[in-house]
Formats: sequence, C-alpha cells, structure tokens
Amino acid sequence: MKRFVLRRLGYALVSLTLLSITIFVFVRLTGDPALLLVEPGASKADVDAVRERFGLDQPLVVQYGKFMNGLLRGDFGQSFYYRTPVLELYLSRLPNSLLLATVAMSFSLLIGIPTGILAAVRVNSWWDRAGRIFALLGLSLPSFWIGLVLILFFSVYLGWLPSSGSGTALHVLMPAFALGWYFAASHMRLTRSSMLDVLGAEYVKLARLKGLPESRVIAKHALKNALIPVLTLAGINLIIMINVAVVVETVFAWPGIGRLLYEGIAFRDFPIVQATVLLGGSMIVFVNLLVDVLYGMIDPRIRYER
Amino acid sequence: MNASTAVVLAEAPRRTARRLSSWPLIPLAILVAMLLIAIGADVLAPHNPEVGSLGMRFKPPVWQAGGSATYLLGTDHLGRDVLSRLLFGARVSLVVGFTAVIVAGILGVVLGITAGYMGGWVDEVIMRLTDTWLALPALTFAIFLAAVLGPSELNIIIVLSAIYWTRYARVIRGEVLSLKEREFVRLAVIAGCSRLTIMRRHILPNVLNSAIVLATLMLGVVVVTEAALSFLGVGVPPPKPAWGLMLADGKRGLMAGYWWLTVLPGLCIMFLVLAANLLGDWLRVKLDPQLRQL
Repeated sequence: MKRFVLRRLGYALVSLTLLSITIFVFVRLTGDPALLLVEPGASKADVDAVRERFGLDQPLVVQYGKFMNGLLRGDFGQSFYYRTPVLELYLSRLPNSLLLATVAMSFSLLIGIPTGILAAVRVNSWWDRAGRIFALLGLSLPSFWIGLVLILFFSVYLGWLPSSGSGTALHVLMPAFALGWYFAASHMRLTRSSMLDVLGAEYVKLARLKGLPESRVIAKHALKNALIPVLTLAGINLIIMINVAVVVETVFAWPGIGRLLYEGIAFRDFPIVQATVLLGGSMIVFVNLLVDVLYGMIDPRIRYER
Repeated sequence: MNASTAVVLAEAPRRTARRLSSWPLIPLAILVAMLLIAIGADVLAPHNPEVGSLGMRFKPPVWQAGGSATYLLGTDHLGRDVLSRLLFGARVSLVVGFTAVIVAGILGVVLGITAGYMGGWVDEVIMRLTDTWLALPALTFAIFLAAVLGPSELNIIIVLSAIYWTRYARVIRGEVLSLKEREFVRLAVIAGCSRLTIMRRHILPNVLNSAIVLATLMLGVVVVTEAALSFLGVGVPPPKPAWGLMLADGKRGLMAGYWWLTVLPGLCIMFLVLAANLLGDWLRVKLDPQLRQL
C-alpha cells in the first residue's frame, strides 16, 4: 500500500512538473514573454524593466527555477487590471464557482441517474432509445448555446429569471442548468452501463429468486452498487465543472473562476490566464491522485497493477 | 423454377433495402449537404458575408413582420446577411474541424504507435505527457494556448491539434500493445524487418480503423471547441463568418429578443456535431467490434 501511494504521488508530481513546463514553454515559444507580461501599450523602458524583474534575459533553466520558486511560494504574479495578487483574486472567485458547480452537478445527477436507470431496466425498449437520443443531444449541444437560448426564453420572453449576474437563488438556475446539461448525458451513460452490469450479477439473481418484487431488487440491491462508479465520476466532474465553466460564466456574467479567465483574456491580463490554467490543472491532478489512492485502498487488485 | 428459388428471388430486393437502411442516411445527408454548402458558399450566398449595410441592421427573417425577401434569415448588428454568414460559416467550421482532426490524428497515431511498440522509457515519456495533457481541462488549455498564440484560423488549428492528439495516442497505444504480441508481428521480427518497417507496414494498417472512428467522433468535439473559442474572442478573428463568432455577435441583440442571431448559428453547430457523432457511433460498430465498449 505504501509503495502504491508513493508511486501515485510520484506520478502526480511528474504531472505537475510537466504542467508547469508546458505552460512555461508555451509562453516563451511565442516570442517575447515580456510583451505578454507588460500592460498593453507599455513603453520600451517598461518592457525592459519587466524583462529584468522577471529575469527574462537569463538562461531558460534559471528562468524556470525562478518561475517554480515563485509558484511554490504562492506567488502567481500581479494582475494588471485589478492591481492585486492573482492568487487573491482566484480565491475570492472560488466560492462562486463552487456554488455554480454544485448546483449544476445536482441538475446533472437529477437528470442523468433516473434516465440511466430507466434505460437500463427497460433495455432496448422505447425508453432506452429515447435515453440514447437524449445523451447524444447532450453531447452535441454546446452548453453556452443552451445558456443563450435559456436567456432568450426565460429572461427575454417570459421575464421569469434574471439574465445575468449573481446574488439570489434565481441567478444560479440557468447557468447551472446549462453547465449541468452536458454532464447529465455522461452520467446517464455511465448509470446505464453500470446498472446493466449489476443487474446481471449473481446477488441480484438471488434477490429475485428470493421472490422480492422487481422494484425492491432494483432500488435496494442493484442501485446501491451501480451508483458507486457514477458518484466517483460525479466527484471528478465537479472539479472539471469548476474549470470548464468559462463560456457559461461568460454568457451569464457569473463571477466565478471561468469569468476571471475570460477577463484575463479580454483585458490581455496574462498573469491571470497563466495562474487560472496552472491552478485548474493542479486541481485536476490532485483529484485524480485522490481517486487513484482511494480505489487502491478499496480494491487491492489495483494496487498490484504494474 | 421451384418454390424455394422464388422465395430467394423475392427476398433479394428486401435484403438490399435492409442493407441500405442500415446505413446512417441522416447523418451522411447532413454531412454531405454541409460539405456542398462549404464548397459552394460563394455561389449560394446571396450577399457578401463580411460586409453589411448599416441601414439594414437587425432585420428579422422573412416570415416575421418587418422581414424582407432580400435577407431571408434577417441581418445582424452590422446589417450583414445572416444566411450568407451561416453558409460561409460552414466552410470555416469544416476546414478548421477536418484539418484539426487530421493533424491531431496523425500526431496521435504516430506517437501512440511509437509508445506502444517501442515500450520502455519512450513509452513512459510519451504516456506521462499524454496523461498530463489529458488531465488538463481541454477548453481551459485551449483558451490558454489560443490566448498566447493570438486569434487566427491557422492558430486555432494548431491549438486544437495540440490538445486533442492525446485522445488518439491513448487508444492507439492500447491497441498496439496487443497487436505487438500477435503472430504476424513476431514473424515480421523473425523475417528481419526493421522496427520502423514493422510499425509502418504491419502495425499502422491495423490501427487505422480505430483512428478513423476516433477522428469522426472527435470532429464534433473539435467543432464545439472552435465555436467556444471563437465565442470568447480567441478563435477565428472577426469579421470572418464563424458560427461561434456569430453567437458572440448575437449577444448584442439577445435582450432585444432578436432570436435569429442566437438560435440559427447554434442549430448549425448542433446539426454538424450531431451528424458527426451519429456517424462516428455507426462507424464504431461497423469497423471495429473491439471498440464497441469504449
């Protein structure tokens, strides 16, 4: 177990290092990073000052060392626009993103799990086919377009919901639905296939042989086990939701991390862009590590793989 | 002629009908139509997609009050014809989509085969990189790259290929691992083929089916990502007619209820992506039974 955890930890460290190298290299590949790090329209002297401050005239290895040193001390640079450390900005937006992702996750599970169960229980029936079409639509409709159409319908025509901003419970509904929609399809697919697996298992057959009514077999014996992989995926997806909400947050002017990233692009505020991508990537690496270790604890077979 | 041959003869046309109906006619029709539109946009479009007349701003489609037959699907905030922009938008989406899917595919297949066949540290390096890039949320990574490179059609293709090759590499490597143990590959080794020859002549043809299935499924993903990037202003630069860009422009008329600027480009994206997904699902079952569980 200890070796397994250590190896996974090693993989995560390698991933984080590669992540930082990727970002470091891409910034420098595209020409003069000093131009990305100064405010648009800065004078020649300002550019030189930045180049010196960030040591951009030094060898690449030295630069990378300094870059990493800053990151490890939590120094992600200063936002040009807000004039505050980027990390502070990020942390101030995080609760909003978390709220949006949680509600979106509830939507996606509320839609995905029942439809998935229905499709599995009535496999190859009309329900199953309808479910498959629904899943396909979920994967084909861009979430931000769903958001725009929702605004058109519920805000402009009906006037029921606010079209943008945050503050009340009503504000969160539309962005959360738009964000959750895409994930509902993948949750439905996984619920269906996991449910099908479980329904073929011996203990479900036994439960049926005992003479339990089918509804109890499904609700009590099958569902509990079938939901384990779905909830794992939901956990990972929650973190992914926080990080891919950029477009939805932009559409609804929701003040989360995605919106921060968009502002970073729109105002050419490069430190924000860099920090958001780095922190988002690290978050996902950590979640993957966590899931791996938890699975290793539960299932010894995984521990001895490779 | 006896009774049994008569039955066989009667069954023949039914069988061809069944074979035809097993083809994914709807997605194929959509894709072919989009291709034709993309090729013939110059002829089909009634107006210049990039130039409008400011006197004709926000005209609704022809069937709504205030619409005119000159602008069948209305005009946008600069008085540009929406229909023409949609038609030319198909060209942008398909050119970016196909190129990115192919470039990513070539990269992913080459790296996947190399990792799978060579094994050892080569495998370790390539797969660590693949895993790390897969771990990054694709859209965020794309936005980062696009923001660094700046908006242009070429750059967006580079960005999309740089992100999505990992999906191919993962699957192809897995297939190569099992192919490597097969009789014909071992015989090729004994026959003295070089590693390059084996990878090119014996492994590559056997993973092409999976690559094609993946490419079709990726087309949808790539088109949506391109639309999202263009929507955010880091994709196709204005005034080019791209569907994502049209959605971004459409936001100006959203609160006034100018639905055609928002609904129509979205429907175009949906039809293209839906067609690609349906075709991909069909190909997956048809070409590659092993991939069915994917």
